[in-house]
Amino acid sequence: MGAVVGTLTMQPKQRRPSRDKTDEELEMTMVCHRPEGLEQLEAQTNFTKQELQILYRGFKNECPSGVVNEETFKHIYAQFFPHGDASMYAHYLFSAFDTTNNGSIKFKDFVMGLSILLRGTLREKLEWTFHLYDINRDGYISREEMTEIVRAIYDMMGKYTYPALKGDVPQQHVDAFFQKMDKNKDGVVTLEEFIIACQEDETMMRSMQLFENVM
Amino acid sequence: MAAGVATWLPFARAAAVGWLPLAKKTMPKPPVDSSSRSDEILYVNVSGVRFQTWKNTLDRYPDTLLGSSEKEFFYNEDTQEYFFDRDPEMFRHILNFYRTGKLHYPRHECIQAFDEELAFYGIVPEIIGDCCMEEYRDRKKENQERLAEDTEANELTDAPLPPHSTPRERLWRAFENPHTSTMALVFYYVTGFFIAVSVIANVVETVPCRPPKGSVKDLPCGQKYELAFFCMDTACVLIFTFEYLMRLFAAPSRCKFMRSVMSVIDVVAIMPYYIGLVMPENEDVSGAFVTLRVFRVFRIFKFSRHSQGLRILGYTLKSCASELGFLLFSLTMAIIIFATVMFYAEKGTKSSSFTSIPASFWYTIVTMTTLGYGDMVPKTIAGKIFGSICSLSGVLVIALPVPVIVSNFSRIYHQNQRADKMRAQQKVRLARIRMAKKGTVNAFFQYKEDRVLGDRDSDCTALCVKNRSAFEHQHHHLLHCLEKTTNHEFTDEMTYSELCMTESVGFRTSRSTSLSSQQGATGCCPRRARRRAAMRLANSTVSVSRGSIQELDTLHIKPTSIPQQTRSSLNAQAGDLKLNCGEHDFTAAIISTPTPPANTPDESLPPSPAPIPGILRNTRATAYTHDTFKISSL
Repeated sequence: MGAVVGTLTMQPKQRRPSRDKTDEELEMTMVCHRPEGLEQLEAQTNFTKQELQILYRGFKNECPSGVVNEETFKHIYAQFFPHGDASMYAHYLFSAFDTTNNGSIKFKDFVMGLSILLRGTLREKLEWTFHLYDINRDGYISREEMTEIVRAIYDMMGKYTYPALKGDVPQQHVDAFFQKMDKNKDGVVTLEEFIIACQEDETMMRSMQLFENVM
Repeated sequence: MAAGVATWLPFARAAAVGWLPLAKKTMPKPPVDSSSRSDEILYVNVSGVRFQTWKNTLDRYPDTLLGSSEKEFFYNEDTQEYFFDRDPEMFRHILNFYRTGKLHYPRHECIQAFDEELAFYGIVPEIIGDCCMEEYRDRKKENQERLAEDTEANELTDAPLPPHSTPRERLWRAFENPHTSTMALVFYYVTGFFIAVSVIANVVETVPCRPPKGSVKDLPCGQKYELAFFCMDTACVLIFTFEYLMRLFAAPSRCKFMRSVMSVIDVVAIMPYYIGLVMPENEDVSGAFVTLRVFRVFRIFKFSRHSQGLRILGYTLKSCASELGFLLFSLTMAIIIFATVMFYAEKGTKSSSFTSIPASFWYTIVTMTTLGYGDMVPKTIAGKIFGSICSLSGVLVIALPVPVIVSNFSRIYHQNQRADKMRAQQKVRLARIRMAKKGTVNAFFQYKEDRVLGDRDSDCTALCVKNRSAFEHQHHHLLHCLEKTTNHEFTDEMTYSELCMTESVGFRTSRSTSLSSQQGATGCCPRRARRRAAMRLANSTVSVSRGSIQELDTLHIKPTSIPQQTRSSLNAQAGDLKLNCGEHDFTAAIISTPTPPANTPDESLPPSPAPIPGILRNTRATAYTHDTFKISSL
């Protein structure tokens, strides 16, 4: 008898997880995030209303549901760098933009990130870059994290480069970086070290200025 | 790169800030974006239907008309919009492409119209989205097949011979297109007859005739009348050999001809005879020889040259090769499976006819095709069960690919029907074009007359001018300029044909003369007819700009010997044209003809050929006694 009941009750149990899954899927597909009002976004970012409008129209056209998930993001980024493999760097970039850490970028995240990168102060930009490099968000950039990032960047170059990638070029690059940034030689780079070191770097300051008018 | 990605580009560039700390060198200067950043709405007016879109939307695809600066050509300053005089229905789809990045094919539209629109807007059809690509491709293929047939039909029928065709080319053409000459037609029917005779002889050979005296057994007719049949066979083979050799000689590309199916059939049809001649009367070898005689039946395939239906059937089978292959394969599989099963099911019973698996193949085939001869029957229960399953599955397996083959055949057959209808339509169309051309030519002559008239009498010109559109004016002026440039004049074919009465028909150097006599029904001015004739040589570029030169050439200058007729027929055409006042005498514009000397008409009617090109003639309305021809050759 118990066996019979057991078999009878087994089925609904099995069905429920699948029902949950379909419900979830349904939710996902129907989810449609709307950003906050235009005025609020204008207040929070350094963009004008027109610019926000243009940005949103483009964003909404690409992602009618209002969110970008990581797969789409990787796919888009891969189109910009067809020579190599952009997926790792796209992943780090995605995490940097996804400030709420829920696996999807909403328009607000998108626009806030852009605002910092394009219209932010030098300090804000450097902070943003620091957060990009700091993969585990512990406030320190370790050698391993840096190596990951640099490798991801070199991956985007692909196989066919000139001069050819010989030896462990990423590692050397990381060493050079740490040489420059790590003032107290404790093996990690803190935010302050990073900012100071960058401000001292002439090349970088010049390049920063060039990026002023990207948008 | 997909256009949508363009939206993300600023983002990717902004993210490049993340590389800066790592960079060893300075970044390059970014490109200066001089265009205004603020987005604006563009107005696009397509035949009155106004569309509005963001400029950015159109800029997504910079290699199309709307995305590039090409659209500036269509900008209307007064209404501040881009005006396109095209189909607004189609434009909707085009604009949606810019908006969504996917081009959809509207199913109710004509495929050619759609293609033309795409070509106009500079969009490659490959961008059509997956949802509509299948439909688009099918329709396009169907359309292309149809067009290919039409051009093929055009080429085959009534194409005129090139003037300098060698006998070889003429022969080939006679073979390919028996309707062109009587000889070819006769030959065509004769070969057809002999094919039929040969096939019937093959069949009758084997019928048992009454045995000759002194023998009991029935003999097949082939053996009784051996000599008769041998003679008939020889005759047929001779004809076939002759035909094959002639075709081989006439073929433009012998290698290609030898590889074609029809030539292979021809060879196979005649080889057994020759092999039989060569073969010695050896018993063992002649056994093999007898099998060779089987190939004589392939002569029946020679009929496919004579029958369109056979060709269609052959083409269908060829185009359904994959379906047929699938049918064969699945049948083989089923046969093997069921044969094995039946063999093992019937293995136990004594006196079972299922002696081996290959022996069971026969049972399986007969059962699956629902023939059921009954020579092999299962006796065990298991055998009967499997036997019934076998027959049921046979029906299914065979029924599956058959509709595909049938629909293919139906499609090809209908295409053929359509080709025949097209041919009939083409004839009507060509006749219409010819008439239109004549109209233009006559209009041009009228124009010239009026110009001359205008020098003398302005009233008439005013009247004449009113009847023509601006387009015609400019067109005539253009032709006139050409005449002045080359120092020759246009005439029509009839005058020309008068002039070249002794020229050979087949010459492509289309020297055409034309007569234009103008005779007005009413008019205030005194009338006169003026005839001019000019000759055009083969390489004349413009006679009438409308229509193709080819068309005129194919009208094939046939020399007419009766100018009276010409005149009257011309009069019939030129019903509403006006006559000139006054008389004109033109001096000849003489040019040396590179080709054989042109024949020019005499001073008196009927014009007779004269060796001097370039005599002008004038006629008066009443008398027609005095014709002036101005002949010029290019």
